[in-house]
Amino acid sequence: MAQAETSYYVPHGSHWPIIGSVAVCTLMVGFANYLNGVSWGTPTMMVGLAILLFMLFGWFGTVIRENEAGAYNEQVDLSFRWGMFWFIFSEVMFFAAFFGALFYARQYSIPWLSGEGSGVATNTFLWSGFEGSWPHAANGPENIGGDYKPMPAWGLPAINTAILLTSGATLTWAHHALKANHRAQLIIGLFLTVALGAIFMVLQGVEYVEAYQHLGLTLGSGIYGTTFFMLTGFHGMHVTIGAIILAVILFRCIAGHFTPDRHFGFEGAAWYWHFVDVVWLGLFIFVYWL
Amino acid sequence: MSTVAADDHHDHVESPYSIKRWLFTTNHKDIGTLYLWFSLIMFFIGGFMALIIRTELFEPGMQFVDPQFFNSMTTMHAIIMVFGVVMPAFTGLANWLIPMMVGATDMALPRMNNWSFWILPFAFTMMLSTLFMDGGGPAGGWTLYPPLTLQTGDALPFVILSIHFMGLSSIMGAINVIATVLNMRAPGMTLMKMPLFVWTWLITAYLLIAVMPVLAGGVTMLLTDKFFGTSFFNAAGGGDPVLFQHIFWFFGHPEVYILILPSFGVISSIVPTFARKPLFGYASMVYATGSIAFLSFIVWAHHMFTVGMPLAGQLFFMFATMLIAVPTGVKVFNWIATMWRGAMTFETPMLFALGFIVMFSIGGFSGLMLALAPVDFQYHDTYFVVAHFHYVLVPGSIFAIVASVYYWLPKWCGNMYSEGLGKLHFWLSTIFVNITFFPMHFVGLAGMPRRIPDYALQFSDFNALATIGAFGFGFSQLIFLYVVIKAIRGGEKATSQVWENAEGLEWTLSSPPPYHSFTTPPVIK
Repeated sequence: MAQAETSYYVPHGSHWPIIGSVAVCTLMVGFANYLNGVSWGTPTMMVGLAILLFMLFGWFGTVIRENEAGAYNEQVDLSFRWGMFWFIFSEVMFFAAFFGALFYARQYSIPWLSGEGSGVATNTFLWSGFEGSWPHAANGPENIGGDYKPMPAWGLPAINTAILLTSGATLTWAHHALKANHRAQLIIGLFLTVALGAIFMVLQGVEYVEAYQHLGLTLGSGIYGTTFFMLTGFHGMHVTIGAIILAVILFRCIAGHFTPDRHFGFEGAAWYWHFVDVVWLGLFIFVYWL
Repeated sequence: MSTVAADDHHDHVESPYSIKRWLFTTNHKDIGTLYLWFSLIMFFIGGFMALIIRTELFEPGMQFVDPQFFNSMTTMHAIIMVFGVVMPAFTGLANWLIPMMVGATDMALPRMNNWSFWILPFAFTMMLSTLFMDGGGPAGGWTLYPPLTLQTGDALPFVILSIHFMGLSSIMGAINVIATVLNMRAPGMTLMKMPLFVWTWLITAYLLIAVMPVLAGGVTMLLTDKFFGTSFFNAAGGGDPVLFQHIFWFFGHPEVYILILPSFGVISSIVPTFARKPLFGYASMVYATGSIAFLSFIVWAHHMFTVGMPLAGQLFFMFATMLIAVPTGVKVFNWIATMWRGAMTFETPMLFALGFIVMFSIGGFSGLMLALAPVDFQYHDTYFVVAHFHYVLVPGSIFAIVASVYYWLPKWCGNMYSEGLGKLHFWLSTIFVNITFFPMHFVGLAGMPRRIPDYALQFSDFNALATIGAFGFGFSQLIFLYVVIKAIRGGEKATSQVWENAEGLEWTLSSPPPYHSFTTPPVIK
């Protein structure tokens, strides 16, 4: 990295944003048509995804090149920090909506449908005889999706918790190495983190197969299956994205990027990973365990 | 170093007739201009839909459109006005003004700034295209309540995904505002020295980041309920349609403050200038804005009093809602106290600001009536509600946006607008907006329901009046379009300060300001 610029870097015009808009719009139009059962929906989605990947490579590539050339001063660095922090906060609020749905189903809708409190009339006249309970009979009065068994917490989920917590520790170990300029330890730590993330995703896949094939638990298993798969599914998506981000950071470390005192790319990825970790703890407690 | 363009090359500005300049721009003023024009175009599209609604309601019976289309007009009109007009207009103002007001070169994250804007034309093309699909556009109301909304035809996934897209734009815009305000202020520009417009936008940005993802989550649930067999809003599967209303209004109530808080900032800039006195109670204005933002998160269920809520819930949401009147009252008091014994003049921006204060307060008072759970049982889903939120949004938010355009237009383009036409625009708008919306209070209290294309005979006279007002208001806005274009093309040159008593860093720059606002930070006393 060259010496830091003194003035705030304002880039010239960029064609990446408009390419991003075209990409996301194509992706969405394709997806909507796929949902409506139109045959060209899926290929359109693929095209959109390809443009999106092209845009991500191009845009992040530009930022990385500018950064390595020393165009960003401390103030630019701080803008990136604020940006990443509030982006993660917006993600937290996205998960909050789904956790809200989970708590609402557990605290209100299932008990009300079972006749608790003001739900007496609903239960008597609409769903007579329904006695719902979380997690065993939580697919509603019409037993939507058929009988199912809930996912036990103290099997794979507990192992996955240990894996994800360990990955947080290896990442911090790598961060300390980066600050102490121990590049080998940095690369090993990052590699371990990405590998643990990948193992986590494989085990999540095994768990999903187990749910569908042996427990009768599907996305369509009433509100239990709905909240289970939507929450763990969105979390898994975020783990995947986080692992890809960390893999990019790993390659950048191998390429010799980052210095002991300037490495926000690394830190931003680490923040994201810890966020994914914390969401998992919420999932483990409220979806699997309690 | 040589591979990276340093930022002193910036003097070269591409011609305004170059498409590349507008597509690729990372300049806060260009992006602000794009936002504002986009908003104005959408204002005329959304307004046209409103006129279709009012035409059908001119007299009882079914005359012009079928009910399905009528309902998709009410739905689209709302979505466009909220997400396509008021929000982009305020983001445009933020782009133009915040860097100048805090003494920065540009927004903190210029490329992302471009993307925030360039999402919108795509998202709204998707949204508008649903009108031509099988089953027509979305017709279940902008609140998208299930199960009704799940009966939408092919339009449903397009509507939902375009809302995701708009949310992406708003969140990125908000992140940019926060990073700019927190990180780009000139030395000496402490938080409590910032103009109130910057303060109100900072707080609005927090609201946006906190609630747009919740809306995204809610509409995602609609999508999976419709297409992937989930049971979020299906009681047979253990879910609850009312859950959607909670999620929607957890977003929706802060959203209405997103639509109004920047207006408070605008009015707090304009009133002191034309009263020739500093703003009364600056600190209390900041705290009031923060309090309103906080309260907005704990009042959402006042939109759902009739849904069947436990009594304790109704009481909590009723009292929490009424609390909002306190900080809002502080603001109105401060604006009036600013004018007290001021040397007032009544140029167009001041006229719109005064119109705002009076008519927004009318909307605020009807809001207070609606906050009372027992009487809300009568008002719920009637035209009284329509009258209420149009008073806070049209002579509220829209008037504030128009006021700010008149106020800052000479700064932006370097030319004065035509004061005579501006005043004409104000008086016509004010007269017609009241003719349109005031009668709706009466028909609403008498029981006329919203979102229905026909009505009982006794509501005829007031509805005919409202329709006349709506056409008058709509066509008056063409004057605005003419005034803006005329000022951009030429006219009396504006000075740097433009207004005799205008204070703030933006008035220290030339009119029009240089392409990059403050390349060296200004000194703040």
